Amino acid sequence: MNEIYTLKINGTEHQVKDAWVGESLLYVLRERLGLPGAKGACEQGECGSCTVFLDGSAVCSCLVLAASATESDIATVEGLQPDGSLTDVQQAFIDEGAVQCGFCTPGLVMAVHHLLDENPSPSELEVKEALSGNICRCTGYGRIFAAVDKVIADRNK
Amino acid sequence: MSILGTRVVRIEDPRFLKGEGTYIANLEVPGAVHLTFVRSQMAHAKILNIDASEALSMPGIKAVWTSADVDLAPAPPANPMMNKAFTYPFVVTEVARFVGDIVAIVVSDTKTQGVDAAETVIVDYDPLPVVVDIDQAFRNEVLLHPNAGTNVVITFAAEKPDIFADCEVVVDLTIENQRVAPAPMEVRACVAQWDGQRLTQWACSQGAHGARDGIAQALGLEGSQVRVITPDVGGGFGAKSGVYAEEILVGWAARKLGQPVRWTESRTENMLSMGHGRAQRQRTKMGGTKDGKITAYRIELLQDAGAYAKAGAILPYMTRLMAGGVYDIPHVQFESHSVVTNTTPTVAYRGAGRPEATAAIERTIDEFARVCGIDPAEIRKKNFLKPDVFPLTTVMGAKYDSGEYEAALDKALTAAGYTQLREEQQRRRASGDPIQLGIGIASYVETTNPMGSGDYGAVEIKADGGAVIRTGSSSHGQGHHTAWAMLVSEATGIPMDKIEFHFGDTDDVERGGGTGGSRSLQVGGSAVKLATDAVIEKARERVADLLEAAVEDIVIDTVRGAFHVAGSPAPARTWAEIMTGIEVPLEAEVDYVPEGSTFPFGTHVCVVEVDTETGSVAVVRHIACDDAGTIINPLIVDGQVHGGIAQGVAQALLEVVAFDPDGNPITSNFADYGIISAAELPSFERVPMETPTPRNPLGAKGIGEAGTIGATPAVHNAVVDAVSHLGVTHIDMPCTSINVWNAIQIATAK
Repeated sequence: MNEIYTLKINGTEHQVKDAWVGESLLYVLRERLGLPGAKGACEQGECGSCTVFLDGSAVCSCLVLAASATESDIATVEGLQPDGSLTDVQQAFIDEGAVQCGFCTPGLVMAVHHLLDENPSPSELEVKEALSGNICRCTGYGRIFAAVDKVIADRNK
Repeated sequence: MSILGTRVVRIEDPRFLKGEGTYIANLEVPGAVHLTFVRSQMAHAKILNIDASEALSMPGIKAVWTSADVDLAPAPPANPMMNKAFTYPFVVTEVARFVGDIVAIVVSDTKTQGVDAAETVIVDYDPLPVVVDIDQAFRNEVLLHPNAGTNVVITFAAEKPDIFADCEVVVDLTIENQRVAPAPMEVRACVAQWDGQRLTQWACSQGAHGARDGIAQALGLEGSQVRVITPDVGGGFGAKSGVYAEEILVGWAARKLGQPVRWTESRTENMLSMGHGRAQRQRTKMGGTKDGKITAYRIELLQDAGAYAKAGAILPYMTRLMAGGVYDIPHVQFESHSVVTNTTPTVAYRGAGRPEATAAIERTIDEFARVCGIDPAEIRKKNFLKPDVFPLTTVMGAKYDSGEYEAALDKALTAAGYTQLREEQQRRRASGDPIQLGIGIASYVETTNPMGSGDYGAVEIKADGGAVIRTGSSSHGQGHHTAWAMLVSEATGIPMDKIEFHFGDTDDVERGGGTGGSRSLQVGGSAVKLATDAVIEKARERVADLLEAAVEDIVIDTVRGAFHVAGSPAPARTWAEIMTGIEVPLEAEVDYVPEGSTFPFGTHVCVVEVDTETGSVAVVRHIACDDAGTIINPLIVDGQVHGGIAQGVAQALLEVVAFDPDGNPITSNFADYGIISAAELPSFERVPMETPTPRNPLGAKGIGEAGTIGATPAVHNAVVDAVSHLGVTHIDMPCTSINVWNAIQIATAK
């Protein structure tokens, strides 16, 4: 069954046409709307590479039915800084060496933004819990923890 | 001040952070059809019939091919030393040999159409006896490749004189170095396009040139008829070396159909059919004097090759080379047999045979220390090769360049506070604390750029005074752009943001060895460094003409990026001025071959807490002293070491690829497989140490794999150490709660 529906992404309305309504939000973002920032790496909600915000909550877009998100505000990594500059989280990832192959990176950036928006001064355990759903195979997470610490320190200055 | 050795942030990061990386799945290819592979659901079975009639009737399905349609000769074994009877058909001809073996290929307009149709292809299987265990395979009762007459792909055997006769103390262990999944975050994917004469293939690979050669050979094309491009690659860890059957079939299909073809696997497909790593069963024996001097060491191992003779079967060659580790042991013996089983083929994975060598000897020396009643740190010091023996050709034939093994151990122990840790351990043991402390040590030497091969580098000056680097090395997360640009900028004074970085396109870069074996900086970087020096020499000649001075008087001022006569800073000519009005390109290329492999070394100390009531293990601290020679960018080195340690911890504590007795994989996604997350890892403590190697102009050794090599046995030893007072002498990896708890129960029931 194909229908036309509209998704509000990064503040802009996008019409999805001729799409099967069973498609995941990840698929629709990447394959239909030209927003490839979220990455597919497990397609079962285990790795977090496809993390986006749905009404302010961090979700795995591979597990969200796109057609069910018509009432929601969706935010992706592309919408973090529409002018192309970097957020403090993205800059901290650079400064602390938290990027390697880059595949999991957009999902982690979203997860860190979500964590620090909800909880400006998380404990070490809270940071680990918040990031435990985002698998990174390259960095060993230590440099990512350092980036989170840097953002916390800078925001609390 | 030199930027070399300083913490320069990575040039490549912004595009990844903004989601703008160009991975294969992001490529837009109009008109491309999709391949979906129908894979064997049985580990060992004759294929009697394949019925694709329903699939062919489904929307968007262009074709379903079986082996009868695929006119490719089977691939020979991965290495010429292997038994040549172990060939690999790209599509199963008669017998499927592992769950995941390709049985048929569906061609569809969209990916989802292909996946749906593949599920309707009916394959008639006639089951054959399944061999999953390597000891069983070694008995040759069931043969996977009957025409070979054996399951053994390759053997490395030594004479067997008794080297233990004079030993006062002899210990032995059976060590399972379990099969693990490389699991890069980007699964395998590729796109191919045939223009009637020439194939262009976008590959998710650690080396474009190696992939090109593999594709050309399999398809019967000249190398010049294949162009391979590797855009951003989302991790490899050894498993994206060379070229897989699926990639060859995508290229073949593009040529057959005359239209673009693409394939992106699922995570489950990746876990089933991308090569796995490790998979050795080691039987070690160590002997020496009561006061802890080792005089003899023997390791016998079976390597699980999986169903075919891929790269995994050759890993024991590296295990053999590094078998004796950092120790001065007069007699070392090695024997290995690589056997096929009805499981996914194994390949190189971060360290590729060297971590297995280190794990074996470092676990065994702890057992030797226990029986001798000597502290694990002391016994290592008693047996280390001393700094004055280098360069050294070992008993196993490795040509060690340099090493300060005791210094690395001392630095790590000091940073860890070893004495205090042992005191804390004693307190907890005395009080019967249910949370026990374990301290594990692993001292290692490994070999990087293990084949001692060279690589290609070129530098070209652009009209605007910027530069273009072309390298035969290949980045898939290692920060090559930044490190290589630092080398060029340092020597030329050209700002890093004016230096372009080209790699991974066989039409743009003449030759290349790709990335693997921690070889990139020491050979790829050295080649670029030498090409830069050559370009500067050519520039000096031009400036000499321009300034009407003698060449030998022209010097470069790297602060300004300009040349002038020594002693008189003006007049000067910048790079852009040198290029003005000149039509002959200013460029140089170098094929650099190093003096040999390099041998990084170090010591890792791991501190764990083990809950003796549940068996659960927590890594509390991990201290690493790794000496990889001269460091160009400590930020990148930190990242490599951290990532390596994480994968080492993962193998020691969590990860194992498992099959049931029928050969069904039971860890085929990230829910079932124990992939390590942020929750399980501490931040790591690094202790700096730099001993330059004389074997290349940078003084650099490799660092990509050392973290894994050092960490795995350090963590493993720490877990055993935590419960050794209960009588536990060994625990099989991964040291999961159940394995640790069982070991405690068995030991305390005695």
